[in-house]
Amino acid sequence: MGNVSSGQFKTGMKVMIDGDPCNMVEVEFVKPGKGQAFTRVRLRNLMTGRIWERTFKSNESAETADVMDRDMEYLYSDGEMWHFMEPSTFEQYAADENAVAESAQWLKEGDKVMITLFNDNPIAVTPPNFVELEVTETDPGLKGDTAQGGSKPATLSTGAVVRVPLFINQGEVLKIDTRTGEYVSRA
Amino acid sequence: MNRNHWQPTAEILTLRERAKMLAEVRAFFAERGVMEVDTHCLSHAAVSDPFIDSLEVIYSDHPGGDKHSYYLQSSPEYAMKRLLAADSGPIYQLAKVFRNGEVGRLHNPEFTMLEWYRPRFSAQQLMDEVQALVSVVLGAQHWERLSYRDLFKRFVGVDPHQATIEQLKSLIEPHFECSFTDDRKDTWLELVMSHLIEPKLIEPTLVFDFPASQAGLAELVEDAQGVQVAARFELYAGGMELANGYQELRDPAEQAERLEADDQMRDSLGLPRRPLETRLVSALESGIPACAGVALGFDRLLMIKVGASSIKEVIPFGFERC
Repeated sequence: MGNVSSGQFKTGMKVMIDGDPCNMVEVEFVKPGKGQAFTRVRLRNLMTGRIWERTFKSNESAETADVMDRDMEYLYSDGEMWHFMEPSTFEQYAADENAVAESAQWLKEGDKVMITLFNDNPIAVTPPNFVELEVTETDPGLKGDTAQGGSKPATLSTGAVVRVPLFINQGEVLKIDTRTGEYVSRA
Repeated sequence: MNRNHWQPTAEILTLRERAKMLAEVRAFFAERGVMEVDTHCLSHAAVSDPFIDSLEVIYSDHPGGDKHSYYLQSSPEYAMKRLLAADSGPIYQLAKVFRNGEVGRLHNPEFTMLEWYRPRFSAQQLMDEVQALVSVVLGAQHWERLSYRDLFKRFVGVDPHQATIEQLKSLIEPHFECSFTDDRKDTWLELVMSHLIEPKLIEPTLVFDFPASQAGLAELVEDAQGVQVAARFELYAGGMELANGYQELRDPAEQAERLEADDQMRDSLGLPRRPLETRLVSALESGIPACAGVALGFDRLLMIKVGASSIKEVIPFGFERC
């Protein structure tokens, strides 16, 4: 992996900062007319999720990180690890709890997800923006109650609990926005 | 190359505003008896400023002939001062200027600079005129005018002329991590200014009496507290730097020294050294009137006018499509 100078920084670039791979969430070139050039970067540590801002001088550089995002298919969980497969090569990858984290509640076998690899190891799992999951448990639906009214909790097949409208019944398949964890509609 | 990249980066509606603003500026100066000039873009000499990198252009007498380096102007300042020395009287220019490596939300390597010089004006008088011109374009606004010291005191609570590097660093650290070291105090002042203060200057704010170490080509004067400061001012608005002005340095010996000092600094920082504009020193030797001058980023002013968030939205074809 090479070095990249601060003048070449771009949003989405992955670099090593203090030993961890980080994503450049936002890059801004700052230069007073008569002064030094700086590059102001909003960074996200891909291992810890920490987001912070760092400013680089124009002659500073950073080591690029061997990080890439790959589309994979979710196979199964053995209780300890989550297993994924690259559909074109059939190559399998196992991700641990740290990498899967919050995403675990949206993983349905056979779904396409994005795996972030660092030195060929999964460090993050990003589910699709929308998933369709079955309701396994909720209070019985209220007849005649349409879009108006309150909400109730529903447990989905993956174990996730979301707020749903009162008219939803057990066994229905719902469309959920994984970024907010909110009910969108019936699937 | 993307097939859609023939398209302009600015809306045609914005370009109409641009055309209108060009006409307003010309009418403003015509009314005030300031002559429009258009000096060369290409010069034997480059700007001395260590933190402005000129674009180098190769000239040959014939195709394949000997190569000579010329430089695209980063501002028309040197040429306009040579005109002042030749008794041009008050002059302005809408110049295309070029700066290597400057690309970003607020930067395009080629941009339009509105620069003007006013014989017998003080810096304060020129600030009045900057305010008048900007008001023609933007309409009535609430204006602020304060010294660099008072600006720092108001926004970060320190006196910039007294503060140590450590103090300045401690202002920045809660907001931005900086892992570099730098023993130039100006680097830290510039960081505080550009990262902590400038983004908050939304209403037009004229700042004067800069540190003497950031004089550029301004005269040095003593402020009311007996501190030596530069008779330099800047205009900030919309959270960005809009204009830089000077009570112009006229002493040729001091001018020669500053060119030399810039060149030394380039050498010590490992920056490219470029031919110095010694004809400016000669022009000052022959004499220029006491005057004040200012350079204003035309594109950024238009950004405020139309509410653009990026400079490419106000330039027909931004850098990636030029």
